[in-house]
Amino acid sequence: MLTFLTRRLLSAAGTVLLAALLVFAAVQLLPGDVATQVLGQDATPEAVAALRDQLDLNRPAALRFVEWAAGAVRGDFGTSLVSGEPVAGSLWLHLRNTLLIAAATVAVAVTSSIVLGVVAGLYRDRWPDTLISSLTLAGMSVPEFVVATLLVLALSITVPVLPAVVLDEASAPVGDLLPAVVLPTVALSVVMTAYIVRMTRTSVIDVMASEFVTTARLKGLGAWRVVVRHALPSALLPTLNVIAMNVAWLVGGVVVVENVFNYPGIGKLMLEAVHSRDLPVLQAVAVVGAVVYVLCNLAADLAAMALNPRLRTGERSAR
Amino acid sequence: MSEAEPNPVDTGGPVKGRPARRAGTARATLRSMLRSKPATAGLVLVAVHVLIALLAPLLTPYSPTANAPGSALLGPSAGHWAGTDALGRDVLARVLHGGRYALTVSFAATACAVALGTLVGCAAALKGGRLDGLVMRVLDAVLAVPPILALLVVVTVLGAGPAVIVLAVTVVYAPQVVRVVRAAAMGVAPLDYVTAARARGERTFPILVREVLPNIADVVSVEFAMRASWVVLLISSLSFLGFGANPPTPDWGLMIAENRTAMTVVPWASLAPIVALATLVLGLNLSADGLAKAWGVDRVKEAQ
Repeated sequence: MLTFLTRRLLSAAGTVLLAALLVFAAVQLLPGDVATQVLGQDATPEAVAALRDQLDLNRPAALRFVEWAAGAVRGDFGTSLVSGEPVAGSLWLHLRNTLLIAAATVAVAVTSSIVLGVVAGLYRDRWPDTLISSLTLAGMSVPEFVVATLLVLALSITVPVLPAVVLDEASAPVGDLLPAVVLPTVALSVVMTAYIVRMTRTSVIDVMASEFVTTARLKGLGAWRVVVRHALPSALLPTLNVIAMNVAWLVGGVVVVENVFNYPGIGKLMLEAVHSRDLPVLQAVAVVGAVVYVLCNLAADLAAMALNPRLRTGERSAR
Repeated sequence: MSEAEPNPVDTGGPVKGRPARRAGTARATLRSMLRSKPATAGLVLVAVHVLIALLAPLLTPYSPTANAPGSALLGPSAGHWAGTDALGRDVLARVLHGGRYALTVSFAATACAVALGTLVGCAAALKGGRLDGLVMRVLDAVLAVPPILALLVVVTVLGAGPAVIVLAVTVVYAPQVVRVVRAAAMGVAPLDYVTAARARGERTFPILVREVLPNIADVVSVEFAMRASWVVLLISSLSFLGFGANPPTPDWGLMIAENRTAMTVVPWASLAPIVALATLVLGLNLSADGLAKAWGVDRVKEAQ
């Protein structure tokens, strides 16, 4: 058990390190000269030389990566090329704002998708299932920015109750941001729920057909007890992985939706960095995305262990 | 994450002894798909989109890119069925032409991602050992960077353009294809005909092409179909953010971004491309479901 945990943690750390290396390589190594890339083709040689100096480009890439990674571990992601301030400061502020949306979305999407998935699975091929499955398909077929745009049309323009555009700075207190969190959360939840419901439905159908559920039924247990105590824990196991995968999608979806609402989160930070070719910020955001993804997978694996006693015996080899 | 599955072969690889896989010839598959109403609807939707994209210039008298400042921001009328946008361009003409970019770039990107993923997945499954371990390790790292972030990094570094986007989507999606194909190929690799081919002294590549690929063709095809709908969504998101199609190219994601600000004046300028995009992805999703059902590949489980 303990060795398994240690191996799993080490493997997660390894994945993050490798992802950081890939991001670093993609940003700094692929095309010719980074300084020229940032400043454009018609920059003066002096400006290019100054930027090369600022980015330490004259030193070997391997050395730069090690220093950058060492700094990142300590929370130092270098200096923004645009503002000249440390990346970490604005990164944490934007990350906090994005986590507001992400946490709300995960809570809403997971709850609603488990409820809807269980209902669809229990009423297989009857009207509640048909309705839920059709809605799911619709939710999967529209990108999140479309949902966001339609929500703005409905709730900010037709019936103006919620703000269409956020005007707050990234450093605004959480209380001020709350009204702005609602629409992005709904937009992301719709799409995320659609993906998770499918999995929950399938696994509920699988589990309800299994022998131990039949046994529980034959023992004369009530329908509610059979579903909640016996079927659900097994049905949620595969769903957990889908949820973890979806959180990775969420990090991307947030980028798009924040752009629709001008919400001061990590997605907006990333897009600004792309527009101004602010490489240190870009690297930092990509690596933070990877860390979030790996942490979610880790959490899903640990939750799977909690739900499935067989996984606790340490029979499995770590990845 | 296939880890919670105690047996990776269960995740949709070809089940041993499944009846006559040769029934998967094109005609039988089509017939089986057409028996299901949703799958038929999906195929029709996709076919209509392809036809419209091919015939777009014949279907509308307007140019999708010509500005006409005199007739900007008109509502729907007999002359302009879906109205005009802020630059006076006919919205319907732009929607009809909009599928061209989305379909070609998405198709190319999906094809590249699935081809690369299949090759690497099969190779990893057949060779096994250290190569397999190394490949999966690197893929985990690639998968860890969320797709949009990875795409934005690549687009920032290499500049936006159809070729770059195809390359970027290939890099982002190939690892997920590898996982699915590897699991399927692992189910085939220990079977007798592969062992026989090995015993005959055949090299890995011929075994891959002649023995393994034909037997996981169903998994690969379903993977292609479902990947296609995700790629269309991803590429439209990229266009929406301003890193896909360059203005004035008619593209749905780009149109939604352009016309969003004028939504109170001309709602149809945003709604028309939304409808077009949603019907295409819906068609792809329904077709993928139908294909998965016709071949008995569990699409939902494949998605892991």
